[in-house]
Formats: sequence, structure tokens, C-alpha cells
Amino acid sequence: MKQASAVLSVKNVTKRFGGLVAVSNMSFDVAEHEMVGIIGPNGSGKTTMINMISGVFAPTDGRISLRGRLISDAAPQIIAREGVGRTFQLVRLLPGLSVLENVMAGAVYGHKRRWGRDAEDFAHSVLERVGMDAMSHAPVSSLTYIDQKRVELARTLAGEPKVLLLDEWLAGLNPTELETGIELIHNLRNEGRTIVMVEHVMDAIRSLCDRCVVMSSGAKIAEGTTEGVLSDQDVIRAYLGDDDA
Amino acid sequence: MKPATVQELIWAGVLVALAAFWPMMSNGYWLGIGVDVMMYTALATSWMLFSGPTHYISLASAAFFGVGGFVVGSGMSDYDASFWSMLALSAVIGGVLAALIGLATLRLSGVYFVIFTLGLAEMIRNLVSWVQNNFLGSRGLYVLTDFTDAHLYWMLLVTAGCVYLLGWIISRSRLGFALRIIGGDETVARHVGINTATAKVILFTTTGVFGAIVGAIIAPRWSYIEPNQVFSPQLSFFVVIMALLGGSGRLWGPVVGVIPFLLIWNWVDSNFSNQSILVLGVAFLVIVYFLPHGFVGRIEQLRASARGRS
Repeated sequence: MKQASAVLSVKNVTKRFGGLVAVSNMSFDVAEHEMVGIIGPNGSGKTTMINMISGVFAPTDGRISLRGRLISDAAPQIIAREGVGRTFQLVRLLPGLSVLENVMAGAVYGHKRRWGRDAEDFAHSVLERVGMDAMSHAPVSSLTYIDQKRVELARTLAGEPKVLLLDEWLAGLNPTELETGIELIHNLRNEGRTIVMVEHVMDAIRSLCDRCVVMSSGAKIAEGTTEGVLSDQDVIRAYLGDDDA
Repeated sequence: MKPATVQELIWAGVLVALAAFWPMMSNGYWLGIGVDVMMYTALATSWMLFSGPTHYISLASAAFFGVGGFVVGSGMSDYDASFWSMLALSAVIGGVLAALIGLATLRLSGVYFVIFTLGLAEMIRNLVSWVQNNFLGSRGLYVLTDFTDAHLYWMLLVTAGCVYLLGWIISRSRLGFALRIIGGDETVARHVGINTATAKVILFTTTGVFGAIVGAIIAPRWSYIEPNQVFSPQLSFFVVIMALLGGSGRLWGPVVGVIPFLLIWNWVDSNFSNQSILVLGVAFLVIVYFLPHGFVGRIEQLRASARGRS
């Protein structure tokens, strides 16, 4: 019965780079309006998982589907138009473009294909929502790190994605910025968005995620409610080693 | 590259109208320079359509230009075809060739793309020479028409005007915006839903079509055509240098690069003909050290600081 409401479904997905198995036999579902965290130690394959969902590369094995439609063989631009939006671990903005144009880039080629006035107005409204509208005509080089992250998030939101993938969106922020960042994602959650986030910041995971999938060495070692997985013996061992478990 | 404004289009229209009178006010030497200016304006502007927003430096201009000249030459001297039908055919062949090169280079970027396009242009030159020498009989081709320099000038002016108009339309379209995003970050472009391959191939094809048209129009000027002459790699470098000297930030950039470059080039060429290639090197140094964004960049910088002061 959970299958029926799954927006994003990952089934037995494996990714090999030559002899290295980066992701091995991963399966999980994300339901509508759900916020799922993918957590795990460094190098456990979380970003590879996000890259496969967004189409950077195709899985070696297994299927990824969005609302029942297979997307695991599609190119990133097709997946983006199907409704998967993402941010990047190291923020990626378009340097020659203004803040507003950066956000419009997200709105113009998404599944709504807005253009002209419509795209501009929509970009303004998204910037407003992330608290960046005052900077809309600034060059992106003048932005602080958190502001760059907010603009990137706005660009992704401008595509009106059905599933939002956040790849360590909170990484590299100072404590005050972190507070702003968590609040922002909280608002997205309250809007009823479907979000998959890869994250290391435990406070954020606890306060934001409904469910967590825990990865270690490319494989899923636990899945369940956030509180549940964080007290799981295997998870503690994966993070802290045998002595502390 | 920024989207072009309506004001810019009006200015371009006025300039084209004024430029149309040049053949009536000049002859001989100055009309010849006028033809060169129009030829390189058309070539550099069409080069800019693709390379300006995407920052992919193409050195394949000579390939398209050469194909244009060669098709006209071969058609007219070996098959008695009319100039106009060969002009149309060269546009088609130039477009197909560019589309193929575009598809072949999709995975390349940066310096790899530059070298690949240069190598490909050279390969096409040698291939055409070889085919010409072994299968088509004659080594050189005669292009005999009634066109005067003034006619060529006007044809090139119309071509340059069409390139500009097309560029103006593209720069204000979804496709133009997509190219600027590709120029910024191709990964982002794909992830916002842009089919980067299609966008790049379309624009590169336009560059090829216009390159071939210009090559076809200029062919009657030479009367006698040899593959090595029309496929000269120097032309590819000229186009890039002039476009960069003008500045790739605006669609009208090439024009302000072409005119001073050709004036200096011709002056040096007629006075110190052995040293003319130096101009190319000096122009390149000037771009790197003093005009990284070309004349356009410098003009806009001055304008911005003037605005800041007032």
C-alpha cells in the first residue's frame, strides 16, 4: 500500500565504477509530502545515489521511477523536466548572470516552461520566498556563501519540482547561517514538498526528516523513523566504530 | 552575452542603411577594404552566435568558408551550374557539415574543442584537395561572373545584416538564454532541463551555414580558386581574433573589432608586407593584456564608471 503513494521509488539500484561498487542494491521509496534523509559516513555513496536519481549517470543495475515512470535511463534534462530538481554539494551558480537570471534559468526550461514576464515574475516570487528578492539584480559574485546557496535553492524551486533533492545543502554554513538554513527548509517542508536530503548536520536531520535511510559502504544498513535509525546499533557502529556501539 | 535590445536593432538597421552607400563613395582600394570588412563582419558575427554565449572557441570557420568557395568554384567551372544555385547548395552543405562537426564535438570542451575544430578544418582542406586532384580533374577552378566588388559588397552586407538579425532574435529567445546558461555551467544547464546537445548543434549549424554563404559570395572575387587558398587556416584565426578584439559580450562586438583590425592589417601589409603576421600576434597580446573583454567590455566599463561618478 505504500507502493501506491510513492512519488520516487528506488529499486535494487547498484552503481559500479570499474571495480568499485559505490552503491550496492539500494531500495527505498519516498511518499508524497514526505521528507526523507539519506545519511551515512563520508564516502558511503549518498551523493552517488543523488547523482543517479538526477541523471548525472545511469545506475549499473536496478530501477528508479518517478510516479511510476522509469527515469533511471533518462538524461538529466529529461529527468529535470519530469520534475526532479536538485542542488549541488558544492554550490553551482551561473557566474555571468544576475541573481534574477540565475533563478529564471530554473523556471524557463522546467515542465511549466515559463518565459518573458511570467518567468521574471515567478523568479521574483521564488526569490522572495528564500529571502533574496532584494538582491535580484546583483551579480552572483557579490553574494556570501549562504546567499549563493539560497539562490541555488531558488533556481531549483523555480522549476517547480515534484521531488527536491538537496545534496548537503546545510554544509559549510556558520551557526547563524545554519539556523536560517534550517528554518528555510522547514518552511519548504510545511509547504508539503517532497524532499530527499543528504545531510551531515544531525540537528537538522532530527528536526526536519520524517524518515531516514542510512547508508554505509554503498549499502543500506537501516531505514525507518529518524529517532529509530539514530538509535540503531548498526548505525552507531557505522558512524563511531565498534567501541562506542 | 547579454540579450540584445530593441535600441540596438534600430542602430544596426541605421548602420546597415548607411553602409549600403559605401560603394558609391569609394572605389578600388577602399572598396576592397569595404568588401573585407563586410566579409569578416559576417563571419565574426556568425562565429559569435555560437562561441559568444557558450565560450566554445571554434577554429573551424575556414572549413565552412572553404566549402562555400569550393562548391561555387566546382559547380560553376566543372558543371556549368549557376552562381545562385551553387550559393544555395553551399549553404546546405555548410549546414550539414557544421551539424556533423557539432555532433562529433559534443563531448569536448575547452582546449580540446579548439584543437579538434582546427584539426578538422585542416582535414577537410586536405580531403577536398585530394578529391579535387584525383577525381575531379582540374587542380584549380575558375569562377567567372559579371559581379563587381560593389555587388559582392552589397551581397555581403545583406548577409551580415541577416546574421545580425538572426542573432538578435536568438539572443532574446529561450534558445539564446539556454546558450548563456550552457556557457555558465553545462551541468547546471542540463539539470534545469536544457537539451544542451540540441542547443549547441543548432547554433553551430547556423555558424556553418553563414560561413559557407560568405565563402560562396566571395568566390567570384578571386576568379581562380584552389582549395589551399579558400581553406586557409589563417582565416579561422582572423575571425577569432577580430571577434575577441571587438568583445564577445555583445552581438555588435565583432563590428568594432573587424574595422580597426583590418585597417591596421592592410596598412602594415602594404608597407611592410613581410611583417603583416605580426599584427595577428600583437592583436592577440593586446586582447590578453589590455582588452580581456574586447572593445565592448572596455566601452561598458567606461560607461559604468561614468555613471558611477555622475
